Amino acid sequence: MSDNVQITINGKTASVTPLTVVATALACEGVTRFRRSVTGEPRTPLCGMGVCFECRVTINGQPNSRSCQVLCEDGMEIVTDE
Amino acid sequence: MRQSYDVIIVGAGIIGASCAAECAASGLSVLVLDKGPIGGGVTGTCMGHIVILDDSEAQFALTRYSQRLWNELATKLPEQAEYVRCGTIWVAADQEEMQEVHRKYKSYTENGLEAEILDNKALLKAEPHLAADLAGGLLVKQDSVIYPPAAAYYLLKQSHKNGAVVRSASEVKAILPEGAVGFSCGTIITGSVVINACGCQAPEFSKMAPIKKRKGHLAITERRDGFLNHQIIELGYLKSAHAAAGDSVAFNIQPRKTGQMLVGSSRQNDSDDPSVQHHILSKMIKRAFKYMPDLRDVQVTRTWTGFRPATDDKLPLIGPDGDSGKIWIAAGHEGLGITCALGTAKLLCDMIMNRPSEIDTKPYCPSRFAKGNTEDV
Repeated sequence: MSDNVQITINGKTASVTPLTVVATALACEGVTRFRRSVTGEPRTPLCGMGVCFECRVTINGQPNSRSCQVLCEDGMEIVTDE
Repeated sequence: MRQSYDVIIVGAGIIGASCAAECAASGLSVLVLDKGPIGGGVTGTCMGHIVILDDSEAQFALTRYSQRLWNELATKLPEQAEYVRCGTIWVAADQEEMQEVHRKYKSYTENGLEAEILDNKALLKAEPHLAADLAGGLLVKQDSVIYPPAAAYYLLKQSHKNGAVVRSASEVKAILPEGAVGFSCGTIITGSVVINACGCQAPEFSKMAPIKKRKGHLAITERRDGFLNHQIIELGYLKSAHAAAGDSVAFNIQPRKTGQMLVGSSRQNDSDDPSVQHHILSKMIKRAFKYMPDLRDVQVTRTWTGFRPATDDKLPLIGPDGDSGKIWIAAGHEGLGITCALGTAKLLCDMIMNRPSEIDTKPYCPSRFAKGNTEDV
């Protein structure tokens, strides 16, 4: 087993196993508010397969990235609840 | 539920909802039926552009009349209807299309509408993300956008306040000639009149509704506040919209109140398949990039299709179906269903109640398609 990858979630460091999907990593770290709707309501993953767009977060500065479609990489910075 | 009404409306899209609001406000007892949810057909898949068009005198008269009614209703619409009077910019790619800008300007302003000719510089000032080499455009100020299913819901709520009964998930099996509707369970509900407001499905209930489905694709983007200020349509759109055969695309983009942008458009005459076709979508998006190159950096979050209820002469069917006076049609608006909804409802209710109308209803009369009557078209 290769070493864990280090990511930051809203500025807080987390360590996850390689090939972990970002949405999974966020869920494991207790994140429930992935993004906010137009009216400010919290949103969280629904379909888990890239269709519903509810799990969007900012990954390495790229807003509206679908967290269920991206694998964690070392040094990745994730911002949620925007 | 009572078993008899003055008016039974089949179809709870924007047309049925508008008819319900108008008839109920005029004191008629109204029942609205739809096989699906409110606004579940093309009302829920279209752009929601309230736009004046002048392809023909009759089209101009109806779009203008109806837009005025929307303007009057605007302040009463709920927040969810997302009404914004953003105006339309018709974009000219070259000098040839600028001639159409001048023609349209003359036609609109002579009829009392507010319009402004934009040269290249003024165009880019109004919409900085447009391509730098476009010739110019025409800004039509009173056009607006709306979220149609929410508007339909509001109109039905208004009709309900005036006593109308609205039943979704109620599939009508037949509209009966005596002015009644039949369900597959055998139940029959009678009305003094029945209005067929079923859009693309109208021909299922009426021989006098020669409506064809014209498929369209749409894409919606992520929220980008301030990226786009007006609804923008390329003037070539009219060529595309007029193409009788074949598939075509034209650049059309709309700012939503949420900061999202709705990107269109495509037209296909011979497709019954509701699935998103990637070769059409790709052609449509590439067209958008040509007019607005910066869109390359904007993410699309969803794509879908819908079917416009089109007629051969580009005018809707508003009026009696046959001579009995029992069955009426309000359908076939193609891309102008939202724009024309309130005007259509007024005209139809006027006819049913034998009231005078503000504009001539004859050009929209379904009988123009009756056999032996085709010379009148």
